[in-house]
Amino acid sequence: MPFVTPDSVSDKYDVIVVGSGAAGGQSAYTLAMEGAKVLMIEAGRTYDPRSETPMFQTPDQAPLRGAGNPDKPFGYYDATIDGGWSVPGEPYTNVSTERGRKFMWWRARMLGGRTNHWGRISLRNGPYDFKPRSRDGLGFDWPIGYEDVAPYYDKVEMLVGVYGTNEGLENTPNSPEGVLLPPPKARIGELLARQRGRGIGIPVIPAHRAVLSRPLDFRTIPAKLHPGNAKAQKVLAEDMQNRAACFWATACGRGCSIRANYQSTTVHIPPALATGNLDIVTGAMAREVTVDAAGKATGVTYVDKATGREHHASARAVVLAASACETVRLLLNSKSALFPDGLANSSGLVGKYIMDTVGASWGGNIPLLEDLPPHNEDGAGGDHVYTPWWLYKEQLAGKLGFARGYHVEFTTGRQMPQAYGTYGNDTGGRTSYGSRLKEEARRHYGAYVSFTGRGEMIPNKDSYCEIDPKVVDKWGIPVLRFTWKWSEHEIRQVAHMQRTFADWIAAMGCVSKNTPSADGSRAIEPGGSIIHEVGGTLMGATPSTSVTNSWSQAWDVKNVFVADGGVFPSNADKNPTLTIMALAWRTADRILDEMRRGNI
Amino acid sequence: MHTPLPERMDRRLAIKWMLAAGAGAMLADPFSLAASEAAGTPAPPAVPARGYGIDPDLVKPYTPGDYWPLTFTDAERRTSTVLSDVIIPAEGGWPAASSVGVPDFLDEWVSAPYPSSVADRKTITEGLAWIEAESSQRFGKGLSDASGDQRASLCMDLSAEAPANSPLEAGSKFFKRLRNLVAVGYYTTPVGMKDLGYVGNVPLARFEGPPADLVAKLGLTDEVAW
Repeated sequence: MPFVTPDSVSDKYDVIVVGSGAAGGQSAYTLAMEGAKVLMIEAGRTYDPRSETPMFQTPDQAPLRGAGNPDKPFGYYDATIDGGWSVPGEPYTNVSTERGRKFMWWRARMLGGRTNHWGRISLRNGPYDFKPRSRDGLGFDWPIGYEDVAPYYDKVEMLVGVYGTNEGLENTPNSPEGVLLPPPKARIGELLARQRGRGIGIPVIPAHRAVLSRPLDFRTIPAKLHPGNAKAQKVLAEDMQNRAACFWATACGRGCSIRANYQSTTVHIPPALATGNLDIVTGAMAREVTVDAAGKATGVTYVDKATGREHHASARAVVLAASACETVRLLLNSKSALFPDGLANSSGLVGKYIMDTVGASWGGNIPLLEDLPPHNEDGAGGDHVYTPWWLYKEQLAGKLGFARGYHVEFTTGRQMPQAYGTYGNDTGGRTSYGSRLKEEARRHYGAYVSFTGRGEMIPNKDSYCEIDPKVVDKWGIPVLRFTWKWSEHEIRQVAHMQRTFADWIAAMGCVSKNTPSADGSRAIEPGGSIIHEVGGTLMGATPSTSVTNSWSQAWDVKNVFVADGGVFPSNADKNPTLTIMALAWRTADRILDEMRRGNI
Repeated sequence: MHTPLPERMDRRLAIKWMLAAGAGAMLADPFSLAASEAAGTPAPPAVPARGYGIDPDLVKPYTPGDYWPLTFTDAERRTSTVLSDVIIPAEGGWPAASSVGVPDFLDEWVSAPYPSSVADRKTITEGLAWIEAESSQRFGKGLSDASGDQRASLCMDLSAEAPANSPLEAGSKFFKRLRNLVAVGYYTTPVGMKDLGYVGNVPLARFEGPPADLVAKLGLTDEVAW
């Protein structure tokens, strides 16, 4: 009985997992596969990518040709349902409305959360990324190093399937031989960007993305992931055979009905359910982690959204995987006589040091790519190549004026035409129409290249969230209030991105009257807009300077664990999802150990 | 920025749409009229409809009018059809805009309750009325009854960038916006995609990458073994 209702929730769980995305999915997977009885609590509705994904639908089959709007910010066919930067009835607030001071909070109230629509870019943090303060004196070191997480990166890559190559570049770790799947061939614009990038000292290598470029090896991987566990191996081998390899069509952001890319709903949850050890209750909005008189967590109180009624589920341990900020909210709302400032908050640091990724982009029309013969460039539904940060030495020598790097993602190619395209380039100052419009549209189609910078933000004391004393959501649960500020490091980093991208586009032959703003504070995208928020429940070496220990275990409540990005003490330019999954697996292993030893 | 951007690239626009909605974060209902007023959008004619919500059925084929009523008058529909086909005429075996549903798309677009549509509703409906009046004044008949040459000369005038405060300023802005919408309406259909040379959206056993002769012709190499 995997999907349960509040009335059929059992009282015999080992672990409650709040959330079902990358962190919740991985936690539930590892725990259930290794025999723990798990209840997953998800605020959104259930969601089945096999039947709900619009795989081959064209924009003319969608309202407004699929254009984005406040209901569906990334367009009609984006996989996110019941979500966005604004969710009806579930407000959040900002202290300031000034430019650069606001935080936009993306939520996806659905089974699988944001993993249903994410970009699938799966980069390992490198050794520097775990010890940034040791390197440049800013921010915080992690209490763990690359070597602690590397075995879990290996496992996650084998489980979900990630394409890419081992290039041996600085702070860009290789995976063990045989772990990565072969990357797809580069598109023509990606090849041109690589050739011209080389001329100006910028490397371009295959991207790492969680897309099956070939079927997973169901004969050998299960034994590597679950040694000595015949049941888990059998379940996983069967499930892996039900995941098809990519058929090189449709954008990953729609989700994938053939389960060729990673979504929690297609990779983590099905085998976890197949063990019989996982129950899932959807439409359940977690309100509070409850504690007993000894200060140990007893379970989670949640609101059944269908009835508005409150319920309580009990377990030996609680894993918070609700997303960094939602986990903060849950902890701060879990007040009791023992914990008057919220749970796990004796340090006063819950909610502090929220980070997003720094983002900016620039692009242009490349005459060399005009009028190319038609060929299929759908590919893997996302980037085939990327540029890892390449100026570590210059940066360490203090030559750049900002302390942390960025990687570059590309957009090129003859993708499916979309509602936000503009067609015709209005030569001679005239609005093109008729034959000329059609000629221009055909000539320029596929000739546009854009570079997107994704950079590291250094945690700062002016970027945090707390409980708004006045505002509650529609269930009466107090909401978050954000304060946000970029530092000069992020602003200068964006200015560097813009200069670099303009030079690169020019090196590819783009002739444009437009030049990007030299002012990074104008080009930087708003906090929260890249949807990589982490921090708020930082892991650290001591209880007074952090919220959790190096196992993501709350210092104050030993049977409460944080599995989402909340524990990140820094936010490397590498997209956080792969690291979230690796840490969640590691934390689940710790929980299993602690339960075996009788400590929780 | 002349080319359709790939589907996966639309974050900046997504944010723009979001901000246009008044950074709905603080608002209980981001789709209310108050939201667009908060963003400083000029007061639009009221559209008494709601959007499709945040959990529409993504798989079900959709027909304009399914979610909100279409609001073009007969005259607006006639004029927009004529102009659609001036902007994308039938040519070389490719159909005219009106035969792939573009007027229906224009109608659903200007009738929608979302902020960008509300702004366009004013531009488009006022522009359609203006161009009929201009046609009557110039040729003694409406656009639908004007000759092909007469329509062409009027559109040619509107395609030029009109100086500020000139009599054609509003008409020229309207024409450009309509052109963009018609082009979107046409090129996002299967026929329009084929016209552009888009040959994807079909399952493949292998991804072959760009044709080898094209790679060579551009002086590129794929020497890295991936």
